[in-house]
Amino acid sequence: MTQMNVKTDDEILSENSMTASSPVTQEAPRPTFVTRGVDVFYGDKQALFGIDLDVQASGVTALIGPSGCGKSTFLRCMNRMNDTIDGCRISGQILLDGEDIYDDQVDVVHLRARVGIVFQKPNPFPKSIYDNVAYGPRIHGITSSKSELDDLVKHSLEKAGLWGEVADRLDEPGTGLSGGQQQRLCIARAIAVQPTVILMDEPCSALDPIATARIEDLMGELREQFTIVIVTHSMQQAARVSQRTAFFHLGELVEVGATADIFSNPVEQRTQDYITGRFG
Amino acid sequence: MEHQHIVREFDEELKKLDNLIAELGGLAERQLAGAVDALVRRDAERAQEIAAADQRLDDLEREIDELGIDILIRRQPMANDFRVVIAALKTSSILERIGDYAKNIAKRTIALSQMPAIGSVRSVQRMAESAQSQIKVALDAYLTRDAELAQDVRIRDQEIDSMHTSLFRELLTYMMEDHRTITAGTHLLFVAKNLERIGDHATTIAENLLFLIHGAVPDDPRPKNDAAHYTIVDQNDVVSTASHVSDGEDEK
Repeated sequence: MTQMNVKTDDEILSENSMTASSPVTQEAPRPTFVTRGVDVFYGDKQALFGIDLDVQASGVTALIGPSGCGKSTFLRCMNRMNDTIDGCRISGQILLDGEDIYDDQVDVVHLRARVGIVFQKPNPFPKSIYDNVAYGPRIHGITSSKSELDDLVKHSLEKAGLWGEVADRLDEPGTGLSGGQQQRLCIARAIAVQPTVILMDEPCSALDPIATARIEDLMGELREQFTIVIVTHSMQQAARVSQRTAFFHLGELVEVGATADIFSNPVEQRTQDYITGRFG
Repeated sequence: MEHQHIVREFDEELKKLDNLIAELGGLAERQLAGAVDALVRRDAERAQEIAAADQRLDDLEREIDELGIDILIRRQPMANDFRVVIAALKTSSILERIGDYAKNIAKRTIALSQMPAIGSVRSVQRMAESAQSQIKVALDAYLTRDAELAQDVRIRDQEIDSMHTSLFRELLTYMMEDHRTITAGTHLLFVAKNLERIGDHATTIAENLLFLIHGAVPDDPRPKNDAAHYTIVDQNDVVSTASHVSDGEDEK
């Protein structure tokens, strides 16, 4: 049986840092999202109410909650995907590494390169596998030569665990891949522009269990290098892949904590009711 | 007030788990009461029945195991649901073990009924009453999810520990005075040890409930008072406790 032992964020972070690269090659601290009093309206309807949430740089943060609870809305605020929705208003602060991402000075295209997103349904461009991955680096001028771009495409596909399966058919259309492969191609595409954060909006809900396991395995590797925030309807998936879990309900952030604590002994009754299947 | 699951069958399965624990617990209580009653009345026939009835407890434990594992596999329970299943699995094996101790007392009763009675049986009976009460309260606490009652059970176990220590001395003294009592005395020593273990198991049931409610076992050590392990009775009937004894090394 577990002893009474609630981990602090620092402890969770230090556990994660032990699995990271050696101290000598340690990278610069990764970005952290800090949100304060975030309200979101779609027209007259308020979708989020005063969200205060710190997303840890290290590891995977899972956002869970019933449909319509605001978790996807919140995720889409984090790289300003909601800007494209008519009538959507956002107030409060969302800071990425201390910088307000809703500041007028912020270049949204640049922000979305820093904060990549992977959607529920794999959405590769109707282009070759190579061009799917090379698209972002070309737009952002990340590479200066063809061989450098080739290397980046290869590296990104390797990181996404797809290289071995597509190395000999890079010029074939990305849409010809299986669903799971397409999703990993989308992850490679996000990685190629060298983001620091990857948002995932139910990335496995259209995939079979094997393809899901591959994505989850991949997340385990990617969290060493990227801050990952995942929205998922599968509580088992949240429990498997994340180190921190935030529970949303009716537009409110009800509870956030270490994943092991949320799923074994949540503080709030609403969290308990949701994760044990008592309301939906 | 606990809300119901959206899947109502899940509520029924958890309820059934508790009902089976109640049934197994009731049987364990009756087995113990029957075994002690047979011991006091020197009733070998009754003891035989008690020993034979143990199979039903084994069957019930298996049934609880199967249901608990089935729930874990099919429902993948979270949070308090998960703890309900884990606590039930652990508690069922404890209740089955209590049944085994009762069966062992019954078997010894068959032997004891064939030899002259010794006075310590009354002390054993008092100890058994205390153990029975502990099990009853622990089960009541478990089935009504009463954390306060469970804490009482944890604290009260030291009474049984004290009785065990004094009964140990008493039996040793009898045996030194009259070697013809050694066989009966030894059997009673084992009976007393069984009762002491049953008392420990009652506290474990209480701790299982505290885990079920709070998600953690209490980290304060529960009070213990069993010094029988260290007791020495010398040739001159002088009773002492071994000098190197340090606190807190009792088995759990």
